[in-house]
Amino acid sequence: MNFLKHNHKKKLVLFGLAFSIVGVLSAQTPEERGLEIAKAAEQADLGFNSSTVELKMTLKNKNGQTSERSLTTKTLELTEDGDKSLIVFNSPKDVKGTSTLTFTHKVGSDDQWLFLPSIKRVKRISSNNKSGPFVGSEFAYEDLSSQEVEKYTYKFVKENGALLIVEQDPVDPKSGYTRRLVSYNKDKGYRIEKVEFYDRKNALLKTLTYSGYKLYKGKFWRASVFNMVNHQSNKETRLDFNDYNFDVNLTEDDFSQVALKRAGK
Amino acid sequence: MRIKHIITQLFSLVIVFALNTVIAQEDSKSTTQDFELEVQSEYRYFTDSPQFQGQKDHFPSIAIIPEYNIEWNKGYESINFTGFFRLDRDDNRTHWDIRELYYQKAANNWEFSAGLKKIFWGVTESNHLVDIINQTDAVESFDGEAKLGQPMLQFTLTTDYGNFDFIYMPFHRKRVFPGERGRLRFPTVIDENDIGYESGAEEWRQDVAFRWSHYIGAFDIGISHFYGNGREPLFTFDPNGQINAFYPVINQIGLDLQATHNAFLWKFESIYRSADAQDFFALTAGLEYTFSNIDGNGLDIGLLGEYLYDDRDELALNALQNDFFFGSRIALNDTQDTSILVGGIADLESSSKIFSIEASRRIGSSWKAELEARIFSSIDQSEFILSNFSQDSFLRFTLSKFF
Repeated sequence: MNFLKHNHKKKLVLFGLAFSIVGVLSAQTPEERGLEIAKAAEQADLGFNSSTVELKMTLKNKNGQTSERSLTTKTLELTEDGDKSLIVFNSPKDVKGTSTLTFTHKVGSDDQWLFLPSIKRVKRISSNNKSGPFVGSEFAYEDLSSQEVEKYTYKFVKENGALLIVEQDPVDPKSGYTRRLVSYNKDKGYRIEKVEFYDRKNALLKTLTYSGYKLYKGKFWRASVFNMVNHQSNKETRLDFNDYNFDVNLTEDDFSQVALKRAGK
Repeated sequence: MRIKHIITQLFSLVIVFALNTVIAQEDSKSTTQDFELEVQSEYRYFTDSPQFQGQKDHFPSIAIIPEYNIEWNKGYESINFTGFFRLDRDDNRTHWDIRELYYQKAANNWEFSAGLKKIFWGVTESNHLVDIINQTDAVESFDGEAKLGQPMLQFTLTTDYGNFDFIYMPFHRKRVFPGERGRLRFPTVIDENDIGYESGAEEWRQDVAFRWSHYIGAFDIGISHFYGNGREPLFTFDPNGQINAFYPVINQIGLDLQATHNAFLWKFESIYRSADAQDFFALTAGLEYTFSNIDGNGLDIGLLGEYLYDDRDELALNALQNDFFFGSRIALNDTQDTSILVGGIADLESSSKIFSIEASRRIGSSWKAELEARIFSSIDQSEFILSNFSQDSFLRFTLSKFF
């Protein structure tokens, strides 16, 4: 009896322990769940290797006047460290050939070079300016840089149908935001449908909506339209992407300073 | 006429290269072409009455800059052309040039170019010591950033230990100086044909250059060597006080270094140039700090400070012997890309100062306006070069249309 009793007690203890573990699992903190979603989104996009895409950027001021620029972007996926990217301006014509080369780092500041075609000069530039506007648009530099998981801390907010809303707080103190509210679509490879940006005073600054999603290679979701609305200035910037090319097979050699000069010409 | 000859030769070389490759690549038809034209009207006004006989105050001018490039083999092969023509009141400033006309092929970790090309080396803003490949188009701009196309064969190898650049230059191009009506000149008008060479081969001396450049974390470094006809003519005086100018054969070692840390860019450039007639050392060192997005609206204000030293003292053609440059770069980051660069160079040993403003702004989508002002202030009359420019403060306005 003693033995049985003892055994029973042990079972109870084990049961209790198991129950508490389940309890911990189901009581996953919002921070853990948020990080898990960000990692799932990163995982879903793994393996694209490299891509090129042409896009048109339309800037609209508060009176509705527009101006356009066109660019070509090349991206090289890296897993050990952040991605590498090369952006070339095709218009307006006075800045045609101006190009940037960026090596994103998961931790620490990115490395960035600028090519000025008129004097054929490559200049290493500071990547300190996160919050400033990219070529006068409503996109800040940090909005367009490679979105590495390590650059934010996370907090799951709520589930709304297929949408998982996660709050992201930038790790870098130079960011222009206190937080971003990101809507992931869990049924579509955790693609992002919407991002709301809150400024340093925690007031809603901008909303970015993604639309016209296309599935490439049966795995990679890419939006064909990014629309950024600034609620404080009433200005808008829309990015229209042509089709992505995932068959370019770019290598590190296509993301060197030599390649930067070649791209800008 | 020799220059025309070399250009024709290079041109046919490029065409032969291109045709061969086009034929070889005929199956992959993805060729892209691009033609562009910039037409620029310019007005320069010199505010002070001239110092020398024949010089004018007003210089209306127009320039035409056509560009063409054709790419194939996924952009790994191309032919690139940039032409230049300016019509000006100063006969010597009326000039044309082929800025670039070259065939280029790139594959994996190497790149090869043949033809007339422009190459820039260096990191500092107020002076470009290390930059030596191209002859300066001295009549075109005051800052020395306009360059003549240099005939060359260039081979670049990219490795884990940096980039290795080998350049072979079969022909030297002479610097052109302002004509009789022109400002920013000496009392006597220099005819470029009167400036000879130290080398018996003259402009056909076969010149070479090498550069290694690398980036390690926050540091960008370049070490270069040039051996050939110098780009700057050397001025010497014979016992009768007559100026004798010639292009010496030079060896130039250059070092350029930049450290990028947060909003700081620390810059250093230095050269040692040796020739039979003259050896000298020069350096430019300084920093750039940018306060970015100050108003939350994209306003960037950069502060620049550079120290300039040149061993040559008075004989330095650029008149920067022991000077300090300070400046500010203001960028609005607006839709029109409005930017302003204000600055000044002060001689630390005399009263001489040069102030400058350069501003530019796009108008609509295909126009661009630029304003430049250079003010020569309290120029010390004992300065060998600068004293000639003491009356040459000017305003320059340009309006460009891009087609």
